[in-house]
Amino acid sequence: MSQLDKKPRLRVATTSLAGCFGCHMSFLDIDEHLFELARLVEFDRSPLTDIKECGPCDIGLIEGGVCNAENVHVLRAFRANCKTLVAVGACAINGGLPAQRNHLELEACLREVYEHREGMDAPGVPNDPELPLLLDKVHPIHEIVRVDYFIPGCPPSGETIWKFLSDLIAGRTPRLSHELLRFD
Amino acid sequence: MSGHFMFDGRPVPFEAGQTILEAARAAGHYIPHLCWHPDFPPHGSCKLCMVKVGGRHVSSCALEAKEGMEVESNTPEMNGERRALLQMLFVEGNHFCPSCEKSGNCQLQAQAYELEMTSARFDHFFPVRPVDASHPDILLDFNRCIFCELCVRASRDVDGKSVFALTNRGIHKHLVVNAESGQLGDTDFSADDLAANICPVGVILHKRVGFEVPIGERTYDEVPISVVSMRDKGSKP
Repeated sequence: MSQLDKKPRLRVATTSLAGCFGCHMSFLDIDEHLFELARLVEFDRSPLTDIKECGPCDIGLIEGGVCNAENVHVLRAFRANCKTLVAVGACAINGGLPAQRNHLELEACLREVYEHREGMDAPGVPNDPELPLLLDKVHPIHEIVRVDYFIPGCPPSGETIWKFLSDLIAGRTPRLSHELLRFD
Repeated sequence: MSGHFMFDGRPVPFEAGQTILEAARAAGHYIPHLCWHPDFPPHGSCKLCMVKVGGRHVSSCALEAKEGMEVESNTPEMNGERRALLQMLFVEGNHFCPSCEKSGNCQLQAQAYELEMTSARFDHFFPVRPVDASHPDILLDFNRCIFCELCVRASRDVDGKSVFALTNRGIHKHLVVNAESGQLGDTDFSADDLAANICPVGVILHKRVGFEVPIGERTYDEVPISVVSMRDKGSKP
């Protein structure tokens, strides 16, 4: 066993709120660095694990803005459990492209899709209490909880995510230089 | 009359009547800016070019250089103020870069990269201003306007058409088209007008050419705006 393996590993949780999972795919784009990462961290709740609730963690990576009630609950649970909370990608940072619905009336949106669309067998806006209600606007996550760091991009490149994570894990203040900083 | 002033501790020569920004650029020193353009008088709205002179923050595009001035520009304090101004501009509009045709060629975005802005920090306004697609060759998305008035100035002073204007006050200020209908299609605006080609952000867009330039080859993909802007410091903003 190397020296590295004996060090207590940091716990990392990740989630996608009103995201497209593109930021998680970009995270996987760090390719073989994943093996390196697996020696440095342990994963808590994440779409990549089976853990259902976020436990105490060092780092929480949040993809996606906040568009419904469940997003709010998950985001608050992450904030309560993660020492460092990171907004990953354009959606988490400013609502992203989903926030383009903010200039439309929510009810009109739902009726357009679930009632007025042609070829629907049983038109009607879903109303089961199991389903989380949409918020009238899509919000960046920093409007709901305090956020420690932001990694811009739609999505941020694997290189950008790796630079950020390796800085953070090593105890350096993460800094994204010009070539890693993209909003698109 | 001419003289020298100190710019971040280095002497910079100036001719009488030159502003701090003009003299600094002539000497090879970049000062961030959005509403300033070498072919137009200073506008003073973006405030990005502000520098510290004698303990006060002043717009370097508008203030004439004077003998012996001590100017601070590229300092953590001034760059921090500039970053805050950029953050305000970002939350005031709908700057969804991932779907904007101007991404990579946008001066607002390039300034944000230059000043290492990672988020807009403030709460978003999410303005609702309908796009104007009435013109055969040009599309207008008013939600990205930063009120630099370059289109207003170009259309009025160069094209001689006065197609654009800013209207209303305070946060309700916005860009409008000078036509009875308010539609660009009802003006004599042309895609060849200077006003059609001067917008620093993604408001005035040419139709059918969006996303033509591959990622990696756009204006600010390779080098920061501070480098691009100084390549041809006479004529390019």
